[in-house]
Amino acid sequence: MSEVLSKDEAKHVASLAKLNFTEEQLDKMVSQLSNILDLVDTLNEVDTNGVEATYSVSNNVNVLREDMADNWQQKDQLINNAPESKDGLIKVPAILDGGDINE
Amino acid sequence: MSDFVNETIESVHKALVQKEFSVTELTQRALDFTEKRDQDLNAFITLDKDGAIKQAEEIDNKGIDDDNILAGIPMGMKDNIVTKGLLTTSASKILSNFTPIYDATVVEKLKAQGVVILGKTNLDEFAMGGSTETSYYGVTKNAWDNTKVPGGSSGGSAASVASGEVLYSLGSDTGGSIRQPAAYNGIVGLKPTYGRVSRWGLIAFGSSLDQIGPLTRTVKDNALVLNAIAGVDNKDTTSANLEVPDYTKNIENGVANLRIAVPKEFLAEGIDPEVKNTINLAIEQFKSLGAIVEEVSIPHTKYGIAAYYILGSSEASSNLQRFDGVRYGFSDRTGKTLEEMYQNTRTEGFGEEVKRRIMLGTFALSAGFYDAYFKKAAQVRTILINDFNKIFENFDIIIGPTAPTPAFALGSENADPKTMYMNDVLTIPVNLAGLPGLSINAGFSSEHLPIGLQIIGKAFDEATVYKAAFAFERATQLFKQIPGGQK
Repeated sequence: MSEVLSKDEAKHVASLAKLNFTEEQLDKMVSQLSNILDLVDTLNEVDTNGVEATYSVSNNVNVLREDMADNWQQKDQLINNAPESKDGLIKVPAILDGGDINE
Repeated sequence: MSDFVNETIESVHKALVQKEFSVTELTQRALDFTEKRDQDLNAFITLDKDGAIKQAEEIDNKGIDDDNILAGIPMGMKDNIVTKGLLTTSASKILSNFTPIYDATVVEKLKAQGVVILGKTNLDEFAMGGSTETSYYGVTKNAWDNTKVPGGSSGGSAASVASGEVLYSLGSDTGGSIRQPAAYNGIVGLKPTYGRVSRWGLIAFGSSLDQIGPLTRTVKDNALVLNAIAGVDNKDTTSANLEVPDYTKNIENGVANLRIAVPKEFLAEGIDPEVKNTINLAIEQFKSLGAIVEEVSIPHTKYGIAAYYILGSSEASSNLQRFDGVRYGFSDRTGKTLEEMYQNTRTEGFGEEVKRRIMLGTFALSAGFYDAYFKKAAQVRTILINDFNKIFENFDIIIGPTAPTPAFALGSENADPKTMYMNDVLTIPVNLAGLPGLSINAGFSSEHLPIGLQIIGKAFDEATVYKAAFAFERATQLFKQIPGGQK
């Protein structure tokens, strides 16, 4: 198995992506990702010296429009979609582990 | 008529105009058939029985306008395209309770034509997969053989059309997700040029690759649907500000003297012999219709998959950050802090394949690896685009197989993600280059499974792609073969 991705690196990536894995799941993920990265490493066979990168195939550069409010009276509907709300605001758990400031 | 397998958009439109049946009657029949057929097929995540009848009654009250070809015709909408007031899950647990408050631009455009949205079709979770097996809502079966996958990610859209539940569905295609399921189900599927159709309201996967397109029984039906959904949109800054031609206008003009390129890499090692034979017969067919066919080379074909999995997964990892349990969708509130809520929501809400792509993308974009992976893949993308540009200096279209094999058995490719990824080797380069690509049935394997022919065109030249597909369809009449469904 390739050493492209270590388990510690995978742990770091998981924390960046805000995903939790058990040790067993992480081992499987490392093995599968390493396998995929082996395939990706074939890109090194291609000489890309001086080749520009393509991040989009759209020919549009800047698309401008009038800054007009449109279709904006949807606050109640938006709040209704939130898992929790209070007084017309979206409610989330405490940012620091200090309990719920509302209670 | 209880299903649509022997119909076209034009034939049903004519019957509606002549009042052979009402839109409500038609919709009720489609709902009844779909409900029955879907017990095995599972093409739909949500069948909108009440909503569809309500839409149908409204159209009946207004009457069918002869010029409005799609009016009153029931269709299926892939469940990663948002529909106002109708559950939109993207086949994920994380959106299992998400009801959008707006319509995607394509939905708005179709509603303006008076179409009936029968329901939301199944897909691989967030369109990540090639078999519709990663859906949180169960697998969809192939319409021709219920032991085989329907392909993916637009497997529900393809199966719903092939089985005759609806006349057309919309799908989305990031690496082959319209063309490959169209091939596996023996129907016509088009991925338009990047920028041809607005992506507003399509739940984003790979934003530089995604396009919405139609899946239909016939080529002309496909052109009729593209007519209705194409065009610039001020809500999608990558949509192209170009006039939309009538795609049916020159569709019957034939392929005499059309210059067709066949990349040798598309018929090389790894392509199933039955697929190769079928495509070689298609090449002979085009020659006999007067086209000029020559072999060419797209030398960087094989690097497409590697570049795609880095670019597509990177874009996905960025796009899927929005699913955090704060504003909509599933939210796990068992933890104490906001950070725990994010982690628990995403860990519980996403399936395995989606997590794998998020991990791959996050890794490729992370400090120290960006140049080696993300930038390198984007440079190889440029080289692949140059391969295509060179061919299109001398040719009008490129043809080859859509996929290396016919539909594979359910459950057979789940063990190794890389095996599954290889199914997209012939479709991915087209997304990387942003070109239009269409799949049409070209024949059957010894197991009587459909084999897709892929037709690739120049950017914004869907008209020539349709013209070639129409000529092939007229000569082969393969669309008249219909699936038995059960084995």
